[in-house]
Parts: sequence; structure tokens; C-alpha cells
Amino acid sequence: MPAHLSARLCTFVLSLFLIAFALPAFAGPFEDAVAKFANDDYSETEEAIGVVASSGNKLAFPIISALQDGRLMADPESKKVYVTGADGKSIDAATGEPVASVPDSASAVRLNNRLRRSVDAAVGSLTLQSPDLGVRLQAAQSVFKSHEETALEAVDGALAKETNRSVKAALVDARAAILLFKSDATEVEKLEAVATLKARGDQEALALLTGMGDQPASVTKAAASAIGSIQSSLAVWSMVQNAWYGLSLGSVLLLAAIGLAITFGVMGVINMAHGEMVMIGAYTTFVVQEVIRTSYPGLFDYSLLIAVPLAFLVAGAIGVLIERSIIRFLYGRPLETLLATWGLSLVLQQAVRTMFGPTNREVGNPSWMSGAFELGQITITYNRLWILVFTLAVFAILLAMLRYTALGLEMRAVTQNRRMAASMGIATSRVDALTFGLGSGIAGIAGVALSQIDNVSPNLGQSYIIDSFMVVVFGGVGNLWGTLVGAFTLGIANKFLEPVAGAVLGKIAILVLIILFIQKRPRGLFALKGRAVEA
Amino acid sequence: MTPHMLTRSLDRGATIFLAIVVACGILIPLSNLLLPAGSFLQVPTYLVALWGKYVCYAILALSIDLIWGYCGILSLGHGAFFALGGYAMGMYLMRQIGTRGVYGNPILPDFMVFLNYSKLPWYWYGFDMFWFAALMVLVVPGLLAFCFGWLAFRSRVTGVYLSIITQAMTYALLLAFFRNDFGFGGNNGLTDFKDILGFNVQAEGTRAALFALSCLALIASFLICRSVVSSKLGKVLIAIRDAESRSRFLGYRVESYKLFVFTLSACMAGVAGALYVPQVGIINPSEFAPGNSIEAVIWVAVGGRGTLVGAALGAVVVNYAKTFFTSGMLAPYWLFMLGAMFILVTLLLPKGIVGTFNAWWDQSKEKRAAAATTASAAAEDGITEPKMAE
Repeated sequence: MPAHLSARLCTFVLSLFLIAFALPAFAGPFEDAVAKFANDDYSETEEAIGVVASSGNKLAFPIISALQDGRLMADPESKKVYVTGADGKSIDAATGEPVASVPDSASAVRLNNRLRRSVDAAVGSLTLQSPDLGVRLQAAQSVFKSHEETALEAVDGALAKETNRSVKAALVDARAAILLFKSDATEVEKLEAVATLKARGDQEALALLTGMGDQPASVTKAAASAIGSIQSSLAVWSMVQNAWYGLSLGSVLLLAAIGLAITFGVMGVINMAHGEMVMIGAYTTFVVQEVIRTSYPGLFDYSLLIAVPLAFLVAGAIGVLIERSIIRFLYGRPLETLLATWGLSLVLQQAVRTMFGPTNREVGNPSWMSGAFELGQITITYNRLWILVFTLAVFAILLAMLRYTALGLEMRAVTQNRRMAASMGIATSRVDALTFGLGSGIAGIAGVALSQIDNVSPNLGQSYIIDSFMVVVFGGVGNLWGTLVGAFTLGIANKFLEPVAGAVLGKIAILVLIILFIQKRPRGLFALKGRAVEA
Repeated sequence: MTPHMLTRSLDRGATIFLAIVVACGILIPLSNLLLPAGSFLQVPTYLVALWGKYVCYAILALSIDLIWGYCGILSLGHGAFFALGGYAMGMYLMRQIGTRGVYGNPILPDFMVFLNYSKLPWYWYGFDMFWFAALMVLVVPGLLAFCFGWLAFRSRVTGVYLSIITQAMTYALLLAFFRNDFGFGGNNGLTDFKDILGFNVQAEGTRAALFALSCLALIASFLICRSVVSSKLGKVLIAIRDAESRSRFLGYRVESYKLFVFTLSACMAGVAGALYVPQVGIINPSEFAPGNSIEAVIWVAVGGRGTLVGAALGAVVVNYAKTFFTSGMLAPYWLFMLGAMFILVTLLLPKGIVGTFNAWWDQSKEKRAAAATTASAAAEDGITEPKMAE
């Protein structure tokens, strides 16, 4: 009895052990296939690759890519297979359980050239069918770039299953690229490939078509026409790109110059401290963001919306103060005004330097201003787009204000004929102060927007002052539309010159052109005519 | 320019000014060279170089005063002419280095070897000869001013517009000279000079001689300006300053007068730059910075616009103040000082130091002469009434 019992116990324990060890072997075709890697036989390895790759198991990709890199370790004694990670940690290939260490008896699964190709194809098809959309898209794009013949089967397989439109398009392109370079593809297939690449129409398609080597005559001919059409469409896109950059630069110039168009253009005050008003606006944004960061982190996305009115008030108030304390004593003496406001700009710069330090301050982009989107062949960043929209909005509001409000009416009256306006009961000195405040306030708003694309430092204003004056003088003093046209003309001209002449030479050319232009039209594009000119 | 005309044009202020400059030009170099170092009366070499710099600035200020004070042309780009003169001299000094440069190339200056130039650019030819460089010091700024002025004055670009495009000009030159492939040493500029006319630039004797030469150039510039403004030509210039259209209607070719005086002024600025470079030992593109030109205008405003003595005095006073403040504990406040100076001088002292003094002097003389009469024109030269733009 005890002997019998002990024998049965023994059998039980043994069978437990057996189950424990043999379980993977019975678990399914995936585990079976994984175990085959340990047999160190090329044909069995190939079989295993095929089964693992088509299994749909989440371990399939780590296993195959480990095999590709020689990180797949197999122990011929226990028939266990391990995946060693790049970080040195290992997992059991069949179960995915982490293991403490790979036994010494294990060695890397060997490959020959034929196997290596099927491994590559398996990796391609695995990533092409990855559940992650981004991985699929990237895989399709990399196949397009490498256009290896071996990937054709994987691409076809993925194409059949793919449902996402953009990934599908990428796969079609990849297939075309492969067929174009495949030596035994039919002429019809190649012609179709050329047509697909022509439709894609970007720089990469152009590179493939120009580098495709010997082809049948009809294909070469089709490719030549495709190259021509891609090149002309690319030329158009590069024009569009330059025009967009130009619009973007123009909007920055306009934003910086718009306040100056009021103080210089409408009032005739040469305000060299205008750039410092822009800087004050930028620092207001910085302070607003600091307060939000420390006290109300949830409001960060609204920081710019809060900063805009604040910057207008701060810069506007400083503007009124400047007008009352300095500029009103200097009306009619434009050159003296220039010197006094230059001095003022030095004082303001140094004051900001003392308060905030000489280094750049960090102003963050709210989430709705970061990032970019693709439009055809060009990329548009959200912050540039928003600045363009914002600039046009500021311009429209300013124009409406001058046209439809009582203050606007008074401003225009004082500009046109000061004494007559005074006789009509307009408090001219009050209008002067408010006009200057308005111009400064708008410069402050410009500072909020410019803080998003430029360094916020005490020198921020100086980099805009010369450009702003150029815009106003070029557009014609006393005319807001002139400023608008001037800013966009200079911005676009600059960006179209840049690819030809380089950034610095382009800028020099613009300056020289403006100097020459002033000779031709000393009062700008849209010159005021009549008596107002001589005032 | 006859001696008679010279003496006629000299009033008391000018005589005192010339006497001081002559005395400085002789005494400072002599004291530096002859007295033993460390002696109470000996002027140290660094001070000679520093004051030499001031004298060059004074010449620049004179050239600005000639066009701004007497012809109403406010150039915010005169630093460009100064820097061009400086570059012409710097090129000569670079060529004099010869094989003593780091790379020891007998023809190419160091920066060209560094930037892989295979041969000297054509516009560097001739600068190994002093006479050619000296000629270029006058010709390059003069030619630029002539072309620029010919375009601007003919099409009647005046006032603020002219100021802004002169600023654009110096800004464009600033950008151009910053470029390495422009052939002027990029942002490092030209430096590491060795010899001028065979004399060591660093030597005390050379420095003293350069100082004396600068004083001589200041005197010459002063006399030229003086003879221009006190001649009939000068009267027309003042008429143009005060009523340009009226002068034109009276039959004067306003643009020719302006062009002449603008070109002359640019040449003077070029000479100032050429004397500045060997004393400072470097010329780089930052001299083209628009801020420098504006600062030079404020020297004139502080000293007294339209008084030649005042311009020179203003340059020395402001720069002395700058040296004084930027070297001590007050350095962070220098920009506040400079800025406040711009504002206060334009608001409270529109005639500048010398102009205000002259007005006070004339008035008190009048008062003494008319002491018997009851009427007294109350002396008040501070704030002028705000004049509203029409």
C-alpha cells in the first residue's frame, strides 16, 4: 500500500512536472513554430518564420526583428527560445514572460542569405500590418523609399487588408515604386507605376523617376512627360510656398508697422521708441504667462487672449505718458522728436534690462498655436497662420475705428487741419495724446503676437524699428492701406529674393530698392495729395 | 581761401577753440614722450590714444554739424562714411602686415587665407600703397555720398525721409560688411595691425604723432567748415536750411548746394574714420550700426547745432562722460544717462551748450549796452514754446 501510494504520488508529481514543462509544446501552432527555431535547421527556421509572421501574435514582430538582428537566442537542450532586448533584458519567445537570464547553452539562431531575405520580407509585412496606424504609414513610406522587390508580396498583402485611406495611398505609391524598379514587371505595370508617381508629384517621386535606369521605350517616354509635369507642378508649389512665407513675413512687418503708421503716418511724429512699445507688449505677455504658470496653470491656453488687452493698455498708457511729457513740446520739429524718442528708447530698453535681465525670456506657445498642417506640397505652421489672421483683424478694427467712431473722426480732422479742427471745438491736445496712445497700444498688441515667433529680449524692438519705418515710408505716409500694401509687398519680395540671392543679400537688395524707390516717389506708394502734404 | 578770409571768419570762440586744439596737439604728445613715465605732468599713452579717439569723433561731429546745423540735412548714416574711411585705412594697415600674420602669407591677409581665398579680390589692389589708401579714404565716402545725394536731393527727398533712407543705407552696409564673402573680414573686421608708414602702430611715438595729426585734421576740418559757412555759399546753405522752397524760387540750385556740402561732409567723416582706426587698432562692421550714427548726431545737439565749436565740444563732452560712466560702478546706468541726455537736451537745451552760452552772452552784452533804457528783454532761453504742427 505505501509502496503503491508512493508510486502513484511519484507518477503524479512526475506528470505535474511533465505538464509544466511540456505545456508550451501543446499550446498551439505559434508555440510549436517558435520551438522550431531551436532545432538549428534552415528549412525548419524558414517554416517557423512563415508561421510566426502570419500568426497575428503580438510577439511575432519582436521575434522576427530579433531574428533579423541576431538577438533571438535558442537553447537546443531545453528547446526554449529567448528574445534578448537591446537593453539586455530577455523574454521567453513563446510566452512573452520576462526571464532572469538566458542559459549559457543558448546561442543565436543562425541565418543564411535566403533566410535573411524572407526575414526582411516578414519584417516589412509585419510592420505593414501593424495595428498601429502610424507604424503602418511609416512602414509604407519606408518601402516607398527603399523600393525593394522582396517587399512586393507584403505590400500586396497589406493593400488587400488596409482600410485607412492615407495608408492605402502610401501603399499604392510604394507598390508603384517597387514595380518601376522590378526588372521582370510587365510594361503595363510599369506604365501604371509611372502614372501613380506622376499623380504623387513630389520631390521623391521626381527622384525615383529620374533615377529609374533602363526601361522599355514607352515607359521612358511616359516617365519623361511625368518628370516634366512634376517639375512644373513643383515649381508652382515652390512659388506658393514663397508666397506663403512672404505673406507671413508681410504680416509680421505689417503688425510691427501698423502702430507706426498711426504715430508717424497720421501724426507725423517720428517715434524711434516704437520698437520698445512692441517690446513692452512682449514682456507683458511674459508677465501674464508667469502669473498663469504659478497661479492658474489651467488658463495657459488663454494667456494670449488675456495678454492682448493688457498689452494694449500698458503700452497705450506709456504712450500717452510719453506724449504728454515729451512729444507735445516737440510738435513741428520732427528731427528733434526723432532724437528725443531715440533717447527714450535707450531708457526703456535699459529699464527692461534692469527689471527682467538682459537674457531672453521664455514665452510659450498655447496648444492652439503650436503644430502645423500640410496643404498640398507645403507645410503651414499654426502660429504663422494665426499671426496673419490676427494682423488682418487688427488692421480691420483700426480702419473701422478711424472711419466710424467719434475719436477716429476727430483724429482725421486734427490730422488734416489742426487749426480748423480746434476752431470746431475739438480738443486737439487730447486727440494728440489719444492718437499717440492708440499707436503705442497697437504696437503693444504686436508685441504679444511677435513674442510667439521671436526672442523676448530687451533688444526685440530694435530689430523691427528700421523695417517698420521702411514699410511706412514705402507704403506712403498717412495712408493705412499704403502700409498694408507696403508690408506685404516687401514681405513677398523679400522671400522671393531670398532663394535667389540668400537671406542677407536679399535684405540688402530690398533696402537698396527702397532707397531707389524713394527717389522715384519721395512720398511713397500711396502719397497724400493736396494741401495736407505741406503741413 | 585767402588768409584774409580766414581771419575775417574767426570770432572769439573760434580763436579760443583753435588755441586749445593747437595747445593740446603740441603739449599732450610732448608731455607723453619727453617727461618720465609716472611723473605728475606726464600723459600716459592710453590717455593719448583715448583722447585721439575723441578728436576723431570731434571731426565726425563737425562734419555732421556742417550739413545738419547749416543745411538742415539730418543724416542718420554718417557713421557709414566714417566706417568706410576707417575700412580704407584698415585695408592699408592689413596689407602692411605682410608675412607677419599668423599664416605668413605675403599677399593675403589672415582672414582671406582662413576663408580659402586663392587671390586678392580686385578691390584690394593698390591698398599696399599709402597714397592710394589715403586717396580712397576721401574718394570712397565722397563717391558714395555723391551718388546717394545726387539721387536723393535731385528728387527732393527731404527732412525725415532723407534721415530714414540714410539710416537704411548704413543698415544695408552693416549687413553687407557682416558677410564673410564680402571680402572685408566679416564680423571680425580688420585688426591686428603692425605698421603704418613703417612705424609700429603700438609704439608711443607713433601714437603721439597720430594724436598730433588728428588735432591737425580737426583744425583743418574746422577751418574748412568755417570758411564754407561764412562764405556766400554758407549764406545760401543757411537759407536752404530755413526755407528750402523759397531759396529754390529765388533761383538757387538747391540740390547742387546740398550735394556739394553733403559730399564734403562725407569726405571729412572718412578722414575722421581713417585717423580713428590706427589709434583704436580695429575696424569692424559694428561701426556701421545705425545707433552709432544717431549717437554722433546727439553729440552735435548737446554741443550746439549750428555752432562748429559746439559740435566738437559736444563730441568730446559726451564721449568723456561715456568713458567716465561706463568704466565705473555706474556702468549699468550709462544708457539711462545717455537716453536722458537725448531727451533733456532736445527739450530744455535746443541750442546746445555753446548755442545757449552764445545767446546768454549776446543778451547780457545787449543789456549792459542798454542799461540806461528801461526795457529789458527777459532772459529766458530754456524751454521754447511748443510749436504746433500746422
